[in-house]
Amino acid sequence: MGELRLMKGNEAVAEAAIRAGCDGYFGYPITPQSEILEYLMMAKPYETTGMVVLQAESEVASINMLYGGGGTGKMVMTSSSSPGISLMQEGITYMAGAELPALLVNVVRGGPGLGTIQPSQADYFQAVKGGGHGDYKLIVLAPASVQEMCDFVKLGFDLAFKYRNPAMILSDGAIGQMMEKVNLFDPIPRRTNEELISQCPWAATGKKKERDHIIITSLDLDPAGQEKVNLKLQAKYKQMEENEVRFEEIQCDDAEYLFVAFGLSARICQKSIELAREKGIKIGLFRPITLYPFPTKQIAALAKKVKGMLVVEMNAGQMIEDVRLSAGNQIKIEHYGRFGGIIPTPDEVVRALEQKIIGG
Amino acid sequence: MTEEIIIAGFGGQGVLSMGKILAYSGVMQNKEVSWMPSYGPEMRGGTANVTVIISDERISSPILNEFDTAIILNQQSMDKFEKSVKKGGLLIYDPNGITRKPSRKDINIYSISATDKAGELGLSKIFNMIVLGGFLKMKPLVNPENIHKGLEKSLPKRHHNLIPENEKAIELGKSLLTPEQVL
Repeated sequence: MGELRLMKGNEAVAEAAIRAGCDGYFGYPITPQSEILEYLMMAKPYETTGMVVLQAESEVASINMLYGGGGTGKMVMTSSSSPGISLMQEGITYMAGAELPALLVNVVRGGPGLGTIQPSQADYFQAVKGGGHGDYKLIVLAPASVQEMCDFVKLGFDLAFKYRNPAMILSDGAIGQMMEKVNLFDPIPRRTNEELISQCPWAATGKKKERDHIIITSLDLDPAGQEKVNLKLQAKYKQMEENEVRFEEIQCDDAEYLFVAFGLSARICQKSIELAREKGIKIGLFRPITLYPFPTKQIAALAKKVKGMLVVEMNAGQMIEDVRLSAGNQIKIEHYGRFGGIIPTPDEVVRALEQKIIGG
Repeated sequence: MTEEIIIAGFGGQGVLSMGKILAYSGVMQNKEVSWMPSYGPEMRGGTANVTVIISDERISSPILNEFDTAIILNQQSMDKFEKSVKKGGLLIYDPNGITRKPSRKDINIYSISATDKAGELGLSKIFNMIVLGGFLKMKPLVNPENIHKGLEKSLPKRHHNLIPENEKAIELGKSLLTPEQVL
């Protein structure tokens, strides 16, 4: 079962895509995620599984190729880093509006603008709150290890097809570039055309005599019709909120204080827990794995048990808004962040905890 | 057991690949490992470093502010990382190009003249394996059999004929390590 390898996070994404039975990758190189495209070009899955790997002329082209592929029910994906994902926003909201499945991978770098190539988590708002226009949601998964970079490719595709909705892996430059031990899952064959047609009756797979045209669109000029589309989407998002919340609790049982952090920041906080507990501070970690749907109920419950929460993010304070909305104002909730590609160290996180939450 | 290591030097000295061979050997020995490189403009400035963690338990942060061991291969890295060694920890350095020797009194310090030795033998490419040997003498975290497997996994197949040479360099490094300050 499986196969053990030492891999970069980016390489794990690429290998997992091939193993998950992905039909097509469309992307454009940008640091710090170019290894995904490079790995796929080296692995040549078009000679084995038949998966298409294409370097498009731009990010805008890539996302519109995804719209086409997704519209035919194919398992399609792209990856990029922050500025490239910004370019894709129009295509992403069109896909959400047309209810098309696809996997998007954002290996985040510091911004705003062209920013830096070093790791950051400053695209939380963009991923979770929209990014493109209109009332839509992406399913957003935040891996904290190379293993999860691998596993969330499979999970992301599963959820994207279950809900007919684009799913995003929100990673960062450090998790993309670092190597860890990965247990690769066994390869799953790509779906045959017959399987695809039976699993995706909504997809444009060729007009049959006995049925009407299938039209993939996000346009409905009649407001009543467009409101119906929105109500349907909102009902779908409610289903996701009820069924798909994922999170991890570490040393929360006896905790008087909590770190709340996702992705790389959650890893750093685990070291900070070790350091803080040596000093006798009872602290745990709550790690949202799905950033949308957000683990609101779980944070609300924990807010009744602990004295304070420090939200640690590599940004100026984004997820903290969702933590505060979930927890209410019964306890102290503060933010600690570094920006622009600077990664906080475990000891400075402990100092922030002492200053902002315990001493403050 | 958890060993937290920083390896730092010039780009081109084989810093990253040395870390990778160590990490892959750890995987072969059924350890948890993490390998976190510096990348981008930091490296274009001429310095390269990598944090390697080898542990029996799940690894928390791949980013650290202090280390059990620092392996230092140039002056910039000495300036940056000497202070990051844990009290009672280990610092190994190659004196070649070092203008200011380490001055801390609360850590163990060893030197290894790997640059000179590799030059003498005309084997500059295995310089990093000499250094790795020095480290493994002090911290035998992985056994020779798993280092062999780690080399096989890390090196492309066309270079597998060089594995015996790499293993010899590791052995040479063990004998070359010189204590300078032992607590």
